[in-house]
Amino acid sequence: MSQSLNRLDRRAVVARLLKDRGEAIVVTGLGSPTYDVAACGDHDRNVYLWGAMGGCAVMALGIALARPETPVIAVTGDGEMLMGVGSFATIAMQAPKNLTVVILDNGLYGETGGQASHTLVADLAAIAAASGIADARAIDAMGDVEGLATRATALGNAPCVAVVRIGQAELERVLPTRDGHAVRARVRQSLGLSID
Amino acid sequence: MNAAHPHALHASPAGWPGDIFFALKAARVRQVAYVPDGGHAELIRAIHADPAMIGIPLTTEEEGVALVSGAWLGGDRACLLMQSSGVGNCINMLSLVRNMGGPFLTFVTMRGEWGEFNPWQVPMGTGTPDAFRLMGVHVLRADRPEEVGPATAAGIRMAYEGGSAVAVLLAQQLIGAKVFVK
Repeated sequence: MSQSLNRLDRRAVVARLLKDRGEAIVVTGLGSPTYDVAACGDHDRNVYLWGAMGGCAVMALGIALARPETPVIAVTGDGEMLMGVGSFATIAMQAPKNLTVVILDNGLYGETGGQASHTLVADLAAIAAASGIADARAIDAMGDVEGLATRATALGNAPCVAVVRIGQAELERVLPTRDGHAVRARVRQSLGLSID
Repeated sequence: MNAAHPHALHASPAGWPGDIFFALKAARVRQVAYVPDGGHAELIRAIHADPAMIGIPLTTEEEGVALVSGAWLGGDRACLLMQSSGVGNCINMLSLVRNMGGPFLTFVTMRGEWGEFNPWQVPMGTGTPDAFRLMGVHVLRADRPEEVGPATAAGIRMAYEGGSAVAVLLAQQLIGAKVFVK
């Protein structure tokens, strides 16, 4: 309990991350990260996932490879990322300079009753580093979130994976649209592409 | 990527793998994700050798479903190469394609359907067309070399012009049953 009191507030982390997002495209992992990004306000370049568990980071990779000059940020949770840890190696093989994967790690499956997640024993930042992600960070302080926001909203030298340790409090759900077709049309339009 | 794929140099695909390669190139497909398969080896080499294409090795096939969807959101045409055993891995991730729409195109080399020595390939080989249909992916099939070009053209048209989800199954007779020598 005392440990969780010192952990970062997930909404404050995401709000700081996206405060000056500029042209960035943001892909959200299902569950609380989707609500956290929605809580910062709706945006034409938000891609809200409500399913496809394990696919958030690698979907962001597809966007990043297609738009090498545009920062792409995946914001997901520890449970969602655990289902797709192979994506770290897939991302490392491509090494896009415009991709940042931010994992909000509260150590539990909040959406399904708060069961413990494997980050109790598994270190996602170390897994990312061992998968070839040179810039893999573990973040415990808001000061480091500042640096992460600067990195995530610009082009770096290599992809970045940041595991941000957040508190376990269950917050109000802020529900964005579940219409994936509408999201698709909006994102593509914002990039100057046809809706289909 | 050629540093990681030294054998990619001087690839010149011929026959039906060449038919797929040149059709993808003509359709300006840029991102090609794959889990390797012997039947796709020549095509994969050609993709890595082509500066207009990005070959993307995956650790598991469902990554490719999400990646292809992302590529298209960003404005790239993309496709997924895999063998039939990987199709089952894609099932839930295909809900992304159903919910966001947009083109989805995959080329699947079939195992476990014709003279297969390895019985572990047979269940997913038998189930592959049904698995795709279960998730709303239209299935095309080529049994003979001369059918690959037309099936590829049909798949490309349905996916990139019509926005449909399409799988092109490449029969095991095209590749030949793998021979295991004791």
